[in-house]
Amino acid sequence: MQRLFLPLTLLVAAMFAYAPVMIAQAPYESTMLLVQKIFYFHVPSWFVMFSGAFLCAGASVVYLAKGSRNADHYALTGAELAVVFGLMGLITGPLWARKAWGVWWEWDVKLTLALVVWLTFVAYLLLRRYGGPGSEKLAAGVGIFGAANIPFVYYSVNWWRTIHPKTTVVPTLRPGMRGTFWFCVAAFMLLMVLIVAVRVRLERQRALVDDVFLDLED
Amino acid sequence: MTFLRVVWLVMRKDLLVELRSREIVYTTMFFAVSCVLVFAFGFVREGQPMGDVGAGILWIAVAFSGTLALGRAFERERQSETLRALILAPVDRPALYVAKLLGVLLLMAAVEAIVVPLVALLFQAPLFRHLAMLLALLAAGTIGFTAVGTLFGAMLSRARSRDVLLPILLYPITVPVIIAGVRGTSALLQADPDPAVARAWLSLLVSFDVVFITLALWTFEPVMTD
Amino acid sequence: MDFERLTFHEVTRNFGRRRALNRVSLSCRAGEMVALLGPNGAGKSTLLSIAATLLSPSSGTVQYGDRTARTGGAALRARIGFLAHDLFIYPELSAAENLRFFARLHGLADADSVVDAALGRAGLEDRRDDPVVSFSRGMRQRLAIERALLHEPRLVLLDEPFTGLDDAAVAATRARLRALRESGCIVLLTTHDLEIVEQLADRAVVLSGGRLNTIDGHGSGLRERYRQAASS
Repeated sequence: MQRLFLPLTLLVAAMFAYAPVMIAQAPYESTMLLVQKIFYFHVPSWFVMFSGAFLCAGASVVYLAKGSRNADHYALTGAELAVVFGLMGLITGPLWARKAWGVWWEWDVKLTLALVVWLTFVAYLLLRRYGGPGSEKLAAGVGIFGAANIPFVYYSVNWWRTIHPKTTVVPTLRPGMRGTFWFCVAAFMLLMVLIVAVRVRLERQRALVDDVFLDLED
Repeated sequence: MTFLRVVWLVMRKDLLVELRSREIVYTTMFFAVSCVLVFAFGFVREGQPMGDVGAGILWIAVAFSGTLALGRAFERERQSETLRALILAPVDRPALYVAKLLGVLLLMAAVEAIVVPLVALLFQAPLFRHLAMLLALLAAGTIGFTAVGTLFGAMLSRARSRDVLLPILLYPITVPVIIAGVRGTSALLQADPDPAVARAWLSLLVSFDVVFITLALWTFEPVMTD
Repeated sequence: MDFERLTFHEVTRNFGRRRALNRVSLSCRAGEMVALLGPNGAGKSTLLSIAATLLSPSSGTVQYGDRTARTGGAALRARIGFLAHDLFIYPELSAAENLRFFARLHGLADADSVVDAALGRAGLEDRRDDPVVSFSRGMRQRLAIERALLHEPRLVLLDEPFTGLDDAAVAATRARLRALRESGCIVLLTTHDLEIVEQLADRAVVLSGGRLNTIDGHGSGLRERYRQAASS
């Protein structure tokens, strides 16, 4: 990872620099015009959020099963990614909705699911921060339960919404948009990989400093 | 020592302890009643309850009282550190989880026995029309809520800031339970009741229960041993 | 499952940024009583908790004979008796109910007679049905000691067992511990009372700032040796 780090950073920077160009050149969506373009950053944010959530859950399972501290670093990173990129999604979502459909919030499936998952991982971080020593293991339990909850929230909100009328219609992608969309997704996912690498390394260094501090105390 | 025997022993002990003071039972019941009353003041306009609030209020009262009961139950264990004594005993740790779960469920059943008629009374909600289905929904939902809550409550008994952390952790995870419970109960309460819809929600609740009880049984031991 | 030796090998235990135990190595064999001394906060309770399998070491190993806490499992826990600082008794229940619960939890045959004998040894027969919340500190301590020893454990871990006891109770407990040692138990106890250490223990070890030093437990001058060891 060390050797790939610099080239990857440059690549991600370049992709994000180029993305606005691609987005500006992408065709307008028929009803929402310019506003719709927020979607190119909004949806990839969700991709990263859910990837972070599953990373946290997977790493938590390993942590509980094997007690590996490294797994715990990955779990924490996954949760932080979920919260940060989830927040981005939760902010860009209402902005888009307000301009496009006149409402700030809609209780549709995706938004509600995203909100619940986001809250779960905020709780995860709160537990780690305020739960005192030993809360890593407890938080691992929360991470696993949070991820297991995702299908249930999806189905329950989905059924809930089908009984009430739907007012949001997520547009289908026209060919010109598809390229831009997947470019942005790739940019975000690579950014995520970069952040995971940096964050896990930071956690490892922090743990190392703690160990040295403890050893030095003698 | 078989699994069931351990569950029975610990449960019996918990009931015995509770019966001596009846503190948790009385306070939780009273809390549930005040909860319903507060909502009554919030949602009743000009003497008429708004819409079909009965279902929502019922489930919110269950969720809030459940959180309170769980907090109190584990706080009591924490005071004499007796949870550690149970972990130390030569028994299957998951049996301890099941015993705690059943104990809180019994408490919630007692609370719901009071809250359900109260909601029916105050909100003129015809809760007794499809009683069997309603009871099934309540049972499945309470089991789901309590299953997750018992695990988290036990986990948090070793942590700091445990009082406020329990609802923060519990509510996002139990969102499907609340949605399913409220929608299922509403389907039974509406002018033209739809038991088929209620049954669909019931099946969601049951699968939630199965998945999360299994998860809790797996994670209880690693999470409780340091 | 039985074992002849409890071995701590380079055990370290951290709590976040605080190191409670620092490369502690200790070996106790059956029929030996080891006194664990040290100032408050030195890590004595942590060491006992690790020996009781309630905590696991951050590094290092703990062996019971040739098994560890993980391989020993429930069978190992059945051979350990732990009197912690928190007494592990339910204040709302009576003395007899407390003992009966733990006796049944340990799967002891004939729980009732075991409970009766334990109540007798604790001197609590006439208060057997009173709720523990009405007991004095000394009475709770006596009950807690009996609870820890109810299942005749091989490894006996006692955290300040003489706290709150009057002279008669102290004498009775001393005799009990001696009998345990004679019957081949491994007894590890913490105490602040150097007199007890002199009269009872085979060996004394001092925990200070998470580190362990062995001092000679017998003979006069124990206080001086202890002070030296504790301040180093």
